[in-house]
Amino acid sequence: MKISIDKGLCKGCGICLSICPKNVYGFSANRNSYGSSMPEAVSESECIGCSLCERMCPDAAINVEEEQKCG
Amino acid sequence: MNRLMERYLRLDALPTLFCAGCGNGIIQYAAISAIENLGIRKDTALVSGIGCSSWIPCYLNMDVMHTTHGRALAFAQGLKLARPGKKVIVFTGDGDCLAIGGNHLLHACKRNIDITVILVNNHIYGMTGGQKSPATPENAVTKTSPFGAYDEPMQGAEIAMSLGATYVARWTAAHPVQLQKSIEAGIKHKGFSLIEVISQCPTQSGKSVYGNKDPAFIINYLKQNSFIYKEGMEEPSGRIKCGILLHDNDKPEYIERMENKTEQYRKRL
Repeated sequence: MKISIDKGLCKGCGICLSICPKNVYGFSANRNSYGSSMPEAVSESECIGCSLCERMCPDAAINVEEEQKCG
Repeated sequence: MNRLMERYLRLDALPTLFCAGCGNGIIQYAAISAIENLGIRKDTALVSGIGCSSWIPCYLNMDVMHTTHGRALAFAQGLKLARPGKKVIVFTGDGDCLAIGGNHLLHACKRNIDITVILVNNHIYGMTGGQKSPATPENAVTKTSPFGAYDEPMQGAEIAMSLGATYVARWTAAHPVQLQKSIEAGIKHKGFSLIEVISQCPTQSGKSVYGNKDPAFIINYLKQNSFIYKEGMEEPSGRIKCGILLHDNDKPEYIERMENKTEQYRKRL
């Protein structure tokens, strides 16, 4: 799975960190445009694609997509 | 950015004015995915009143009417009568729908007119700074109840059921999938449908109702302190009753009744 988090939309509420059933997210060292800590997909390979973080993100910042395998 | 939301949001209006961790965004996603699944983007009209929750449709690139405080249901009924082909969805808050617009809610329920109401209940007046609303739970210390609220909270879903609404459901912001399915069912249902969503307001109700301003804490609290109601089950006390509380397909709808009546009258002439 390919997880992307929009830096300009994320407000750093931390809901995605607490609801992910596989604990994919962790806080990153980077800051979002608001200046608060933003999440990062630390263990992206663990993701099962339940898209709960997409639904629960209040700011539509998270996108989970299946990776296109070439060849 | 989320691919689904990207197609529906007004990108020039972003980011939203909601606080970090606000439940409104979760409800926005649920409503959008319901509209997308049903494929009714062009036939939908969204109406909202005043309040934080009434900003939900204003960010959508669809037909939206942002109306006066409490009168969202009155405007929506007028819109439905003028354009019966449109699916009308109303976004309203607990202060908007239960306090100042309480009378409109009673009459819309009584008429059983075919509109879908999403009642976002965050237990407080969030936009004006955390005053007590009719839905504030007992003993909650707010700006206008410094010794704790001493009256019972108003239950929007139960009021709608008692007055003749024909599809009533209640979910919390911690149930996004069930909420989406309920909104879909409410849109498909012919008659008045009210979906109450217990949402978190980390800034105001986090302080005065839940005692913790962390959105993740409130989401977990809502998940643990709610139960999904099935008919005939024993209800645990002190927990939020979630689920589809009423689904009645037999009651005639208002516009249908009106058309029948005018038809009868025409025959008599």
